[in-house]
Amino acid sequence: MLHFSRWKALAILLSSLIICLFTVPSLMSPQAVQSLPSFLQRKLVLGLDLQGGSHILLEVDSNAVRKERVETLRDDVRRVLRDARLGYSNLTIQGMTVQVRIREQADIPEALRRLRELSAPIGGLLSGTGQRDVEVTDAGGGVIQLGITDAGITQRIRQSVEQSIEIVRRRIDELGTVEPLIQRQGDDRILVQVPGLQDPTRLKSLLGQTAKLTFRMVDLTMNPQQALEGRAPPESEVLFSREKQPYLIERRVVVSGEDLVDAQPGFDQRSHEPIVSFRFNTAGGRRFATATQENVGKPFAIILDNEVISAPTIREPITGGSGQISGSFTVQQANDLAILLRAGALPAPLTIIEERTVGPGLGQDSIRAGVNAAYFGTALVIVFMIVTYGLFGLFANVAVAVNVGMILGILSFLGATLTLPGICGIVLTVGIAVDSNVLIYERIREELRGGRTPIAAIDAGFSRALATILDSNITTFIAAAVLFFIGTGAVRGFAVTLGIGILTTLFTAFTLTRLIVAMWVRWWRPRTVPV
Amino acid sequence: MTTTTILIYGGIAAVTVLCFLVLFGVIPHLRLVPDDTKFDFMRFRRVSFPVSAALSIFALLFYFTHGLNFGIDFKGGTLIEVQQKAGKVDIGPMRTTLDGLGLGEVQLQEFGDRGGVLIRISQQPGGEQAQQGVVEKVKKALGDTVEYRRVEVVGPRVSKELLGYGTIGIVVAIFAILIYLWFRFEWQFALGAMIANVHDLVLTIGFMSITQIDFDLTSIAALLTILGYSLNDTVVIYDRIREMLRRYKKLSMADLLNISINATLSRSIITHVTVAAALLALLLFGGHAIHSFTATMMFGVVLVGTYTSVFIASPILIYLGVGVGRTAHIETPEPAAPVVAGNR
Repeated sequence: MLHFSRWKALAILLSSLIICLFTVPSLMSPQAVQSLPSFLQRKLVLGLDLQGGSHILLEVDSNAVRKERVETLRDDVRRVLRDARLGYSNLTIQGMTVQVRIREQADIPEALRRLRELSAPIGGLLSGTGQRDVEVTDAGGGVIQLGITDAGITQRIRQSVEQSIEIVRRRIDELGTVEPLIQRQGDDRILVQVPGLQDPTRLKSLLGQTAKLTFRMVDLTMNPQQALEGRAPPESEVLFSREKQPYLIERRVVVSGEDLVDAQPGFDQRSHEPIVSFRFNTAGGRRFATATQENVGKPFAIILDNEVISAPTIREPITGGSGQISGSFTVQQANDLAILLRAGALPAPLTIIEERTVGPGLGQDSIRAGVNAAYFGTALVIVFMIVTYGLFGLFANVAVAVNVGMILGILSFLGATLTLPGICGIVLTVGIAVDSNVLIYERIREELRGGRTPIAAIDAGFSRALATILDSNITTFIAAAVLFFIGTGAVRGFAVTLGIGILTTLFTAFTLTRLIVAMWVRWWRPRTVPV
Repeated sequence: MTTTTILIYGGIAAVTVLCFLVLFGVIPHLRLVPDDTKFDFMRFRRVSFPVSAALSIFALLFYFTHGLNFGIDFKGGTLIEVQQKAGKVDIGPMRTTLDGLGLGEVQLQEFGDRGGVLIRISQQPGGEQAQQGVVEKVKKALGDTVEYRRVEVVGPRVSKELLGYGTIGIVVAIFAILIYLWFRFEWQFALGAMIANVHDLVLTIGFMSITQIDFDLTSIAALLTILGYSLNDTVVIYDRIREMLRRYKKLSMADLLNISINATLSRSIITHVTVAAALLALLLFGGHAIHSFTATMMFGVVLVGTYTSVFIASPILIYLGVGVGRTAHIETPEPAAPVVAGNR
């Protein structure tokens, strides 16, 4: 156990040193790190609990996605049957199924053929899994049912989450924050982490809006009050302004937010009110021009997320393809609306289901607390080991120091996130790492008592203790691994440092401690072992 | 220089001198456990088993009647940590202000010496969206006199999931470790370790229930770590028991267990002192954010873990039928296999 070839010794020392050196980029300034070769540009990232920032977990409203999907399907059915001039009645939605009755028995095969075109294979044409998103069936008695399959819904939700991530990214980028992390979590969730953000109120209001902008005509055939009391015409709906004033608005959309190419905040030249000015793309501009030409003197409405922002009267045709929205905004609101319009609308509403924000003050305090605890804990352990084992305690301390260096090196190399529980894990590792040395030394003491010569006792101590060390550490490692898989955020940071700590502890116990003791035996030729 | 700094530097100097004295052999090494300790641990199994059973039942009773003090991670709701910007914090008016907001149950807790207050507000009825207004209302009510250091809002869905994952995690960990031990040892050892394990968890949960310490995500981390470390200890003793079983062929089980425990006693105590030292550092300096974590660990690892591996995990092997038929009380060991020194 005590013999090391020169190459082996060199390999052990070099690998320990190199792993420790990976810590260096983390200690350097960001500019200095830039000048390093790319494989060395790996740094330890401070968790949000240490550097401050906001962690927000959003959930895509899958019910809204379902509802939207089935309503789109109903509208598609109506469009297809109208285009084909097939008489129908009773177009209804039941759960995830659209049902329609075809008037003429003879039209049914034609209707089926046309409606089947609404059904598309899942995952595009090429990756044919054989599943389709819509199941079209002839229910008999002239009734055709179009059911949206589970696979179709899953696909739609997945697409919605992907689109939402893109929109969320654009909105957050507009805020000019540093290195936001935006990633998908689970089936229908989006995790947003913004380091350094102190007050997430604005971020939350930006993410909490769908920002679906539409330009529609106001329906003047009925007084909105009447519509509220009685039945509104099927082609119109009652919407409210921010002041809770009702408007009867046509369902048909003239131009929507998708047709905007730019939106900028500004001030109205006459009233000096904050406004948002926008430009349509060519197609949108043309549609808007036609609509305004046909409806001079009538009001139209600008609607954001089912709320009437303003309902101005068209004084003259607007043909320039640009316009402005005014709606007694504050400057901030105008700014935010411009951001939302530029970034585009979310495919479905997002709900905030978890929020954790840490201010920079607390982060600083936590770092200080963690560092103090680490110093104090390490000092206690170092002193105790020396008092108990003397020179061998010193060896153990060297091994522990290398151990901590290696933990930090590996964490840096992995670009892992260091959290306060993570620092906890390192401090605990210091307490646990010496355990391997304790096991070895106690075994050596025992073997000495059993009457072995010093060298034989050291040898036996190592070979017997190492098996125990392996067994006992694997159990803790299993616990750390489980914690890693179930944990989130800061707790996962603890699992990572604990797990890495166990691996480095095994490494130092099996190689470095043994090497140090072996070198000591070779150079001093001791007649007694001072454990 | 203040007195405290003088004390700190003086302490460091004294400890350094002490270390050097030990290193140069002036002071003998510290022996926490005398070399020839032959403590009869097995005699206590008739005491330790009933005591442990009673304590476990008590812990469970307490858990089922008083429950755990779930933090917002598992209960949902809002947690806001504020710090008074100037002057001393006056918690009375703050409580009155916040109670007037009509947000349901509001708990305030002072901590630290710099005017820190933890505000806990229970989950609002009405699903995920309903949680969102709480922080704005509190900020409006308290205004700019305080610094908002931490805001956490956990919705009903997330909290339910976190609790589910935590429970699953602990069960999975227990079984994963059980399977590992089954491969490495006989099944009796795996079972014995698991009983000891569950015993540790039950007592720790009882501790958390009695102290009503915050039970949050870090508590799950603490429970899993306790699981790992307590087993670590058990495995070290089991390893020795296995070795002794091969070495002494006829020695009675009680004597064999006693020899094994006494042989590893010094290691157990020294290791627990170092772990306790690390935990003490975290407890003293780590701040309140990890306080419940370290306090739980201190109880679980240092108090329960050690006791369990000696007084429960080891003697239970007798009842599980390890070494049936061993009767001899004194036996000379068969010579240990010679250790071959050489290149490995």
